[in-house]
Amino acid sequence: MSMTQHAEPAVTSPPAPGPKQTDGRTTERPLALRLLARPEIGVFLGAVAVYVFFLIAAPPVRDGSSMANILYQSSTIGIMALPVALLMIGGEFDLSAGVAVITSALTASMLSYQLSMNVWVGVILALLVSLGVGFFNGWLLVKTGLPSFLVTLGTFLILQGANLAVTKLVTGNVATDDISDMDGFDQAKKVFASSFDVGGVQVKITIVWWLVFAAIATWVLLRTKYGNWIFAVGGNKESARAVGVPVTFTKISLFMLVGFGAWFVGMHQLFSFNTVQSGEGVGQELIYIAAAVIGGCLLTGGYGSAIGPVFGAFMFGMVQQGIVYAGWNPDWFKAFLGVMLLGATLINLWVSRAATRR
Amino acid sequence: MRRNHRAAILTASVLAGTLLAAGCSSSSGGKKSEEGGADASAGKATTPRMTVALVTHAAPGDTFWDLVRKGAQAAAAKDNIKLVYSSDPNAGNQANLVQNAIDQKVDGIALTAAKPDAMKGVVAKAKAAGIPIVGFNSGVSDWKKLGMLEYFGQDESIAGQAFGQRLNKLGAKHALCVVQEQGQVALEARCAGLKKGFSGKTDILYVNGTDMPSVKSTITAKLKQDSSIDQVVTLGAPIALTGVQSLSDAGSKAKLATFDLNKELVKAVQDGKVEFAVDQQPYLQGYLAVDSLWLYKTNGNFSGGSTAPVLTGPAFIDKSNVDAVAQFAAKGTR
Repeated sequence: MSMTQHAEPAVTSPPAPGPKQTDGRTTERPLALRLLARPEIGVFLGAVAVYVFFLIAAPPVRDGSSMANILYQSSTIGIMALPVALLMIGGEFDLSAGVAVITSALTASMLSYQLSMNVWVGVILALLVSLGVGFFNGWLLVKTGLPSFLVTLGTFLILQGANLAVTKLVTGNVATDDISDMDGFDQAKKVFASSFDVGGVQVKITIVWWLVFAAIATWVLLRTKYGNWIFAVGGNKESARAVGVPVTFTKISLFMLVGFGAWFVGMHQLFSFNTVQSGEGVGQELIYIAAAVIGGCLLTGGYGSAIGPVFGAFMFGMVQQGIVYAGWNPDWFKAFLGVMLLGATLINLWVSRAATRR
Repeated sequence: MRRNHRAAILTASVLAGTLLAAGCSSSSGGKKSEEGGADASAGKATTPRMTVALVTHAAPGDTFWDLVRKGAQAAAAKDNIKLVYSSDPNAGNQANLVQNAIDQKVDGIALTAAKPDAMKGVVAKAKAAGIPIVGFNSGVSDWKKLGMLEYFGQDESIAGQAFGQRLNKLGAKHALCVVQEQGQVALEARCAGLKKGFSGKTDILYVNGTDMPSVKSTITAKLKQDSSIDQVVTLGAPIALTGVQSLSDAGSKAKLATFDLNKELVKAVQDGKVEFAVDQQPYLQGYLAVDSLWLYKTNGNFSGGSTAPVLTGPAFIDKSNVDAVAQFAAKGTR
């Protein structure tokens, strides 16, 4: 987790002024090459390729409402892929992200139902719980120095078991009770799970949130001090600490951001399906990580972007739904998905290699 | 200073809590409005205490298996049986759980044989150890070969065919069978049976049952892709409820019917959102499996004379008879 991928030019003496300016290091590289060196360009091209491919192979995709459906699927992955990507740039990853979504939904649902409270009470308490889980992950990681794989594998298992056991203990069943007739439900549904009309097409609100979150994440990553800290702790923790980056704060807050994402997606699931089954969510963490990696984030940390995972999630949604729109033999579904993702990742790799080669 | 600070936080949170409790309680729904239904309680057998292991291939947190377990617990309580429940969807692990039960020297084992070949070895071992084994839920075509005492469940293929015939009567032309777990024997058997009994066209769609948003959008996508689909068939209650949303998202006029039942699904049948549900009565399966072991141990009885299975389904639940089921479903036992 400590390799710096973008080698900074060694700080030696400042370049001598005068005619020697044509040194290769300081000449501006052509725009095309500079664009190609961005982490998200590979996935952007991959996403375009997949999109064009299905546009040709699956006629229903050309329809506006199909696009809305694909984007909806992408947004439920994408909202989580964003904080997961930031965390990955910060040099860690979170295996508990998938079940944490369900933990949050269960918490909100059971608290409001059992206490007969306005659902917003449950929503807010669930946010606290989710942030708490994130804090616990980050705190444990920083305190023990264990790899995030181990720490979050632990919380993954704990949450998976607790989701089931607590739900069973509280409700006597393994799914939560329907909360759709409770106060505040309609309001909360507007925020987390409504849809609106754009030129006759029903667009889900999660798509808007997804893009808003992506814009915020991009701004934070590229324009703020905190963004620099994320790159620094992911690149090299020790040197980051040496130059005064608050490593502990950055790591813990990144895990808490994942908690926030889990809360948001959890609320979406609760308010769009009214009940939650406690066994869901297992395996989703890998899809979030995959979207981030396809989106150009390195598993080793220190490199990536927020806009890349947006395209990564889009590609995932596009392939998953595109296969159905194309009406291909469903037996092969998972295999198609795998081949497409691998292909896209290879394009990604090839482009970034070609771009960084001088 | 620091203490003051803490005190302030404490006061604030207590205040917030009181405010929440006072001002934010929901006037509708919630636990308060839930009717307190008394659990069914009957007499208790005076036979000596025995131990029965219930070993299933259930994935944790599934509403269906929760009912199986509740049925088994009800029978155990009545029969003075200590019930040991365990489950693992992985066949190898499930076989280990059976071995574990044998090692514990239980008095009887109730087992789902979703992957019969993997159970062969441990079932033979149990027989050798003199432990009676009954099958339920899965393995209707293999329980005799495996040497089980009796079998309680639904023949998935027959249930699928009955489902198809029912669709013929309702006038469906093109059905979509939604499988939430690719390669699961019982689910595939239902779709295959449906294909056999249904005179129209049947398509199969695989969805990821652990991710509801993706289930929702995948069904929507399929309905868009093929607008001739006029009947959606789901193989589990939660999937059916999500499918109802897909239908409205896709603007499709197709009808929806499903296998299996839960509390929310009963409501959907009452509201007419779901045409009908085929119930295999999981509670009954769990109950009979445990109760039959008690009968065998105390009186040497076995159902079906070890040659015919005891069928617990398919029972069709539609608008005409759903109200009778509703009160039990609300308690979470049907």
